[in-house]
Amino acid sequence: MILQIQGVSKNFGGLQALQNVTFDLPEGQILGLIGPNGAGKTTLFNVINGVYLPSKGRIIFQGEDVTHRNTTYMAHKGLARTHQIVKPLNDMTVLENVMVGACFGREGHGLAQARKIAHEVLEFIGLSERADQLASSLNVAQKKRLEMARALASRPYLLLLDEVLAGLNPSEIDHMVDVVKRIREQGITIIMIEHVMHAIMNVSDRILVLDYGQQIAEGSPEEVSNNPKVIEAYLGDPKLAQRLMEGAE
Amino acid sequence: MNTLRNHLGLIASLVIVVLIGLGPIVSQNAASREVAFTVLRAIALASGLNILLGYTGYVSFGHIVFFGLGGYIGLYMITAQGQSLWVAMLLAGLSSAILAFLLGKSILRLRGAYFALATIGVNEAVRAFINNFEPFGGPIGMSVNFGVYQKYGGAMQALNMSFYVMLALTIVVVIMSYLVKTSKFGLGLLAIREDEDAAEVMGVPAPDSKTWAYVLSAIIPGMVGALFFFKNGSIEPAEAFPLHTSIEMIVMVMLGGQGTVLGPLLGAAGYQRLRGLLLINPLFKNIQLAVSGVVLLIVILFIPAGVVGWLRRRWPQWRRVLQ
Ligand SMILES: Nc1ncnc2c1ncn2[C@@H]1O[C@H](COP(=O)(O)OP(=O)(O)OP(=O)(O)O)[C@@H](O)[C@H]1O
Ligand SMILES: [Mg+2]
Repeated sequence: MILQIQGVSKNFGGLQALQNVTFDLPEGQILGLIGPNGAGKTTLFNVINGVYLPSKGRIIFQGEDVTHRNTTYMAHKGLARTHQIVKPLNDMTVLENVMVGACFGREGHGLAQARKIAHEVLEFIGLSERADQLASSLNVAQKKRLEMARALASRPYLLLLDEVLAGLNPSEIDHMVDVVKRIREQGITIIMIEHVMHAIMNVSDRILVLDYGQQIAEGSPEEVSNNPKVIEAYLGDPKLAQRLMEGAE
Repeated sequence: MNTLRNHLGLIASLVIVVLIGLGPIVSQNAASREVAFTVLRAIALASGLNILLGYTGYVSFGHIVFFGLGGYIGLYMITAQGQSLWVAMLLAGLSSAILAFLLGKSILRLRGAYFALATIGVNEAVRAFINNFEPFGGPIGMSVNFGVYQKYGGAMQALNMSFYVMLALTIVVVIMSYLVKTSKFGLGLLAIREDEDAAEVMGVPAPDSKTWAYVLSAIIPGMVGALFFFKNGSIEPAEAFPLHTSIEMIVMVMLGGQGTVLGPLLGAAGYQRLRGLLLINPLFKNIQLAVSGVVLLIVILFIPAGVVGWLRRRWPQWRRVLQ
């Protein structure tokens, strides 16, 4: 198991953003994390990578209890993530953005080696022509790819992807899905938050569903999309429920 | 040849510093030497501040505290302990570094305006402390016995030497600024400046990096302080910790271009020139500080990246030189 989440809760004041979430993640899998808006998906990422301390529970990463570790420590240990609301380092070039990942992530390279890795990763992710542009000049789709590139440049063991498909057009989504699959082929374990149902059902080995901070279902894409609880959770959004059903076909 | 090309940014900056220094050396004119000393001092202070303000994105309104502290430690070593200028400067730089280290561990947790306010508080607190600290002469301060200058071949000779030392310090600070900017450490600082949370998620050890940036940005002002007050012959609290000079340092950095090596240099030289012109103009003589406020406002409104930042954007092919 690369990651074990044991009874994790997170409160914000009176709000229970996560309640007793528990699961194990085997190495090399893609875990899809779905749930309606405000379900606590991003909060779970924040708790795993040390942005927030959980109110209760334990987080074990590669056999080590990392519950109280901060985000920098987690980065050095081989955890990388993207942000739902992109956080480009605006006044730096695309290449420099990615070099930060290579320099300060798990492998902690020097500048020369980091530059090499950054070029490789940009090539892989399809941002090579933009390498010398400022990050602020990218469009949203490109900024999402930049988030991925930075994360990959750190050569992580576990990658957390927070809605990397949101706001992309169908052909961009296809490209991203392909990229995600190729990342998994490199042996990197992935947890992926996504609202684009057909895509997440297509790439995930397993799906976990959160609703109001509770873990309401877990299983293969087929199991989850036929689970009445899940359909109910999405009923507030019938369109989404519809897409969910289609995605499973 | 190739390595020269890679370091064009540094070379351009050094050429400017050397040219400023060469003027009075060639002309052997005492008045122009004094002007050049002031310009070099401004460049050194602004370049030091730039490591924190420009590279790391933390605005320090009280940076002059390191200049004042360095001045006091330096003069104390020279007058009360009979040490040489060299030992005094070394200890001044060290004291500033230690103060910055301790401050870094405490107030660098604060972000944005809170940090800026805290730095003002630190400056005022240190000034108030020294005002009441008898070994440093309390409100009266300390003065250098003329005999001290004999060691350096008399007062005239000491003045002359101070100029060369100032020039050397300025060259050191420009090289340091360049090395920081082009290092892995510097890359981490820039990442912190752009988005500290994102930087930490990528593994940049932000608290430590910020502290070291603060330390580096404090050493040079400390050494400059010791040199300046050695040359000045005396020190007193109001002279050592002038808050308005802190603000002028910020104006210089912003005017020239924060986060670049060349920016603080051009900003400091340009600002000093402007200030000199204003001082001899009867109309502006008394409001030159107000003018620096207006300059800051204009820069922030119209060229927020400063002159060098603007040039870099206008002529990207010159980026190698305009670092
Ligand atoms: N820092 C915070 N302080 C207070 N409340 C928060 C904070 N972060 C998140 N929340 C709340 O916790 C709940 C879960 O938020 P979270 O962002 O994890 O949802 P999500 O599942 O990622 O939703 P979405 O699909 O819209 O991104 C929401 O009600 C949100 O308002
Ligand atoms: Mg979210």
